[in-house]
Amino acid sequence: MKTSETVVYDSAKRGSAALEELRGIFQYRDLVFQLVRRDIVTRYKRSVLGIAWTMLQPLGMMVILTLVFSTLFSSVRGYPTYILSGLIAWTFFSQTTTAIINHTVWGGELFRRIYLPRTSFAVSSVGTGLVNMALSLVPLLVIMLLTGTTFHWSMLFVPFVLILLAAFTLGLGLIISTLAVFFPDVSEMYQIILLAWMYLTPIIYPEEIIPKAYSYWLFNLNPMYHLVKIFRMPLYNGILPDWKTLLIGSVISLLTLIIGWFVYSRKADEFAYYA
Amino acid sequence: MLETTNKPDTVIHLENISVRYRLPGERIQTFKEYAIRFVQRRIQFKEFHALRDVSLDITKGDLFGIIGPNGAGKSTLLKVISRVLIPKDGRVWIRGKVSPLLELSAGFHPELTGRENIYINGTLLGHSRGEIEEHIDDVIEFAELGAFIDAPLRTYSSGMVARLGFAASTTWKPEILILDEVLSVGDEAFQRKCKVRMESFRAEGTTTIFVSHSMDTVLALCNRVAWLDHGTVQAVGPPSEIIEAYRQAQ
Repeated sequence: MKTSETVVYDSAKRGSAALEELRGIFQYRDLVFQLVRRDIVTRYKRSVLGIAWTMLQPLGMMVILTLVFSTLFSSVRGYPTYILSGLIAWTFFSQTTTAIINHTVWGGELFRRIYLPRTSFAVSSVGTGLVNMALSLVPLLVIMLLTGTTFHWSMLFVPFVLILLAAFTLGLGLIISTLAVFFPDVSEMYQIILLAWMYLTPIIYPEEIIPKAYSYWLFNLNPMYHLVKIFRMPLYNGILPDWKTLLIGSVISLLTLIIGWFVYSRKADEFAYYA
Repeated sequence: MLETTNKPDTVIHLENISVRYRLPGERIQTFKEYAIRFVQRRIQFKEFHALRDVSLDITKGDLFGIIGPNGAGKSTLLKVISRVLIPKDGRVWIRGKVSPLLELSAGFHPELTGRENIYINGTLLGHSRGEIEEHIDDVIEFAELGAFIDAPLRTYSSGMVARLGFAASTTWKPEILILDEVLSVGDEAFQRKCKVRMESFRAEGTTTIFVSHSMDTVLALCNRVAWLDHGTVQAVGPPSEIIEAYRQAQ
């Protein structure tokens, strides 16, 4: 037992909370992998179609929304691709932030029993979300083939966009989770905010329908507007995002992640007191 | 860390630990309430002392018992040792990896097989995948689950779940093992097996912290006992002495 000679934990000698958390999550990376695997495997375990639902759900929503809105937004070229690409990005964001909050607030049982890096479940939620999103890109590619959208090299840029989206999602999830631990009403409130937020973001409608007078502030102050736009550009428009859009998206994502990580790991010690 | 040079065998060191919880009734639940109270300058809380000025040293290889009535602070003490609760007053340091064995159902998923649950459980305790692969056969053997190991956990009896839990968290020869009233599960034969394993751990240098209401078990297993009441340590010493004093005080 060599390790027992060294002090593993000392409450009087703790470094920066954010760095300690980062080290912790690296040490527990196998746990993160197991949690992602568990989430994916168990989600559809009892259903016949199993994991196929991850692809069928966005596809079904796309079909319904296309039937409802295609005449209204007939000006939009390739509406099914437009809406599906937006939906995939949005679904990842909304489902993952909600999962992070639920894990932190309601799934805290384990945190009250054993030591785990406090971000374990948040990071694994993002992992699960990324796997689901990767799967739901399959029906998107099928739709693109069917509707005659040509493939572009710009699509190779999509993985980088996913990193930005994941960073923003994790950061925001951590910020709201921290609030929700101290004020449980926040998690209920967040669901309503999400709904409003989705309609404020051009997911199902083209951004041109918002009058110029409002759209400038409405869109520029909305982080998800930029991220959805960056996500759509290589897929729907078949172009690489211009550097300005990309810069805005990157700065927003990284800043949110850094703030979220610092706030959450700083407050994480107190979570156990709010049992 | 001057103390360590004096007592090289200490693996758990608690120094003037106090833990205060805010009473649940006083917790501010909403922004509105918070805002109103903030304006009224009424943000203050009633506090409940779960632990008061607790100092303890636990030596390597100890089978250390903690006794006391409900609400004495036993669970809080275990949380401080297992790094779940970071004390705001006092200092705690631990040498070695702490493996808690609490009711493990929390870490198990009913839809996953016993084998898959061993992986999750192992990683929750901080083991790497490689370490788990190395030991998984021992876990399965000790848990006596046979072919059930590849069946979903929801098909298990509660005794089988308990056996899997004990096997999954004790196969790695923990450096510091925390047992919180768990030996009451399983049939007699399995309980005997658990006790044998605990004894063998002790022989190999594992430090065990054992919380129980069963004085007979504490007397039979432990070599040192702390009596906790109202969040303070009443006495520490040999089991027979402390249990006698505890019984008289009741």
